[in-house]
Amino acid sequence: MKTRVGIQVGRAAILIGFLVLWELIVDIGKIPPFIVPAPSSVGVRLYQVVIEGTLWPHTLVTLSEILAGLAIGVAAGLLFGVTVALMPLAEDLVYPYLVGIQTLPKVAIAPLLIIWFGYGMTSKVVITALVAFFPMLVNVMAGFHSADRDQLDMMRAFGASRWRTFLNLRLPNALPMIFAGLEISVVFAVIGAVVGEFVGAQAGLGYMITVWNFNLDVAGVFTILVVLSAIGLSLHGIVKFISRRTVFWVNRDRDEKILGI
Amino acid sequence: MTNPHIRLVADKVAAPDGAPLIRVAGLEKRFTSRHGEDVVALTGIDLEVRRGEFLSVVGPSGCGKSTLMRIVAGLLGPTKGNVSLDGKPVTGPSNDVGIVFQAATLLAWRTVIDNAMLPAQLQRLDPATSRARVERLLKLVGLEGFERKYPFELSGGMQQRVAICRALSHDPSILLMDEPFGALDAMTREQMNLELMHIWSDEQKTVVFITHSIPEAVFLADRVVVMTPRPGRIARIIEVELPRPRTLATLAEASFGELCGKIRALLAPSIPGMAHL
Repeated sequence: MKTRVGIQVGRAAILIGFLVLWELIVDIGKIPPFIVPAPSSVGVRLYQVVIEGTLWPHTLVTLSEILAGLAIGVAAGLLFGVTVALMPLAEDLVYPYLVGIQTLPKVAIAPLLIIWFGYGMTSKVVITALVAFFPMLVNVMAGFHSADRDQLDMMRAFGASRWRTFLNLRLPNALPMIFAGLEISVVFAVIGAVVGEFVGAQAGLGYMITVWNFNLDVAGVFTILVVLSAIGLSLHGIVKFISRRTVFWVNRDRDEKILGI
Repeated sequence: MTNPHIRLVADKVAAPDGAPLIRVAGLEKRFTSRHGEDVVALTGIDLEVRRGEFLSVVGPSGCGKSTLMRIVAGLLGPTKGNVSLDGKPVTGPSNDVGIVFQAATLLAWRTVIDNAMLPAQLQRLDPATSRARVERLLKLVGLEGFERKYPFELSGGMQQRVAICRALSHDPSILLMDEPFGALDAMTREQMNLELMHIWSDEQKTVVFITHSIPEAVFLADRVVVMTPRPGRIARIIEVELPRPRTLATLAEASFGELCGKIRALLAPSIPGMAHL
């Protein structure tokens, strides 16, 4: 426990050190605020934005896009992954195409989606769903394949049908990988919604970044970044929380690493 | 079914000694290797296992002993020949067989008792009866009080004990064990051998025990099947007439050492440098 507390203190120290260094460099180097604002001015701006509620409607828009897209993408990934896992022929047929689509950066088709689905929320939901879908699908497929041969033999030896093997072995066995996929999907969903708004939107945090960036309100852009990371971290934290309780048997040393994606 | 002993004694009366419970006749198994070559894993296997007998199968890796067990278990089909359990030909896994693999293969998300009850659940046996039976088995292997633990909270030896209880949970007449203690350290392994003897005398099952350890094979068995590789065949079947119950003192007896030496000599030509085992 001593080392655990030590790590926490160390982490906090790194953050504070980083902010202090940033403040000093901006201060001493006399860097103009429209290039890099000092963290203190970002703080002041954040306070102002929260008090005036400027970003609130935009946060709501982006958060709705993220959640709707995530729900659709994750549900589709699960459904498709389970179907493919239960029908090896389907997997053989579609697998090369999945790999092909995987190599394509999904955000690159965002402009097309804006043309097809308009400037409103729909196009952002579609982009978000699309980027959330693939990590989910790939992990679901890999998860169902990860059942150990000996365990499959064991189930068969004790008289389990195909369906009961799925229910009692393949599905729970796939859960850790499904949650890993969900963690990636959550992070991707935030990226998807923001990129979609960059390409063309009338509201949302990504849209506000383009607006404030154009006005050289760099401190304002930083406040949006703070809001976006708060959204990302909260969603990731929720998934993590559910995951820890659901797949309690998995040794989780890779805790923080997933955020690096 | 309230007292398993009574039922088992009744079984013994019903099936007179001499009628084999497991019969393997003219068994051959060929595989096609990845390079398209035809590999003979087993050939000319004839074997009869009496009811209540403890049979060890010993041989170096590649002699097909695991393949033999998988065929008896109904997990693999033979290329030639046939296998029957209690006179009925094997066409697939039977409910009258319990299996223990080298890996404990416990389900990580199930508690000890739920793992041990898995076969009974899959075969839709009465939950109350099978629970009582499993609780008794867990007690027998010293896992009383661990019923609510998860596999990751147990040592390797304890996990394998759960796997043994699981294999016996549905009260099968046959217990097949494929190098069950191969992954355990020497001390735990010795302990497990003693416990297995204890369980066997308590449960009176017919056991086929696959191992590559000669002393382990001799210590446990009524007969030892010695197999040689490429192609896998039975070199000799050796009767072990050491008195029971066997204890650690058995290991120090001259007749025990002689039997081990005899088997080692049979296997020596097939594996150079095996004499040290």
